[in-house]
Amino acid sequence: MDATAMVPIGMGLAAAGMGGAALGIGMIFSKMIESVARQPEAEARLSKYAWIGFALVETIALYGLVIAFIIMGQGQ
Amino acid sequence: MSLDMSGTISHFEVVIYQDLHLGPLDISISNTSVFTWLAVFVVIAVLRLAYLHPKIIPGYAQLLVETLYDFIARQTEGNIHREGKEYIPLMFTIFTFILGCNLIGLVPGAFTPTSQLAVTGTLAIGIFSYAIWVRVKRHGWGFFRAFSPQGVPPILLPLMVPIEFISFLARPVTLALRLFANMTAGHTALGVLAVLGLATPWFAQWLPLGFTVVQIALELMIAFIQAYIFVILSCVYIDDALADH
Repeated sequence: MDATAMVPIGMGLAAAGMGGAALGIGMIFSKMIESVARQPEAEARLSKYAWIGFALVETIALYGLVIAFIIMGQGQ
Repeated sequence: MSLDMSGTISHFEVVIYQDLHLGPLDISISNTSVFTWLAVFVVIAVLRLAYLHPKIIPGYAQLLVETLYDFIARQTEGNIHREGKEYIPLMFTIFTFILGCNLIGLVPGAFTPTSQLAVTGTLAIGIFSYAIWVRVKRHGWGFFRAFSPQGVPPILLPLMVPIEFISFLARPVTLALRLFANMTAGHTALGVLAVLGLATPWFAQWLPLGFTVVQIALELMIAFIQAYIFVILSCVYIDDALADH
């Protein structure tokens, strides 16, 4: 198998990193719902942190995309 | 069946309309620069128009802009503890600039300036070098004390200092990559959905094509959140530079 044929495999493997981010986002929102259910008046303050956390975790998944782009560049 | 996916990436390509060189500087007019200026003009026009006839009891447009300003002002003062007030104009400018660049890319056929690593990298390096400058001006050689956290046993210092230093150097990289990756990924996902939607049989097309509408809604939200995150992290880095160690 030559290097160009392995590029799509590598790019696909880079997508596996999304698993961790999925776990993280699920954790953030499950805890968020739990906290709001316990203390509904804290929602405004908590949602701020929840969205920041969401964006930061989502970015971790997108670093996988950056790695996929780097691998794509190797094949050319 | 193989699908033509080239359209999902090709719209990130920088097209140079006019080659311009000013000495060693490359100031070519490309779609990046055109859409960046367009975003700047749109932002200025919207803010100006909303404040054309300011009233004590604000109308809808004025209320919207005031809410936006108030939001950023509160976040800046909350995150830069010492001189938060002085940084409100800078943070509001960064926020509206990034937001304008993010949102202008959502117009069909438009180019997203923030989907270029060069644009986000320049912004991130600008903030980062400003933070370093403030830190050196404020603390002089005490700059390097920031890399040894207080209360750490001396035996751990050879381990802690490199870790702190690397995490310090990673800041502009992550700041730039975060914005770039979010914008690129959103538009690529939108393109892939559209290609898949057009490839499905006609009776099922409503499902993937309807989902692109949801994706655009998500993109609008991401555009706001990423501009907000950029501002918050800039505030945190500047606050870190201002603080005593």
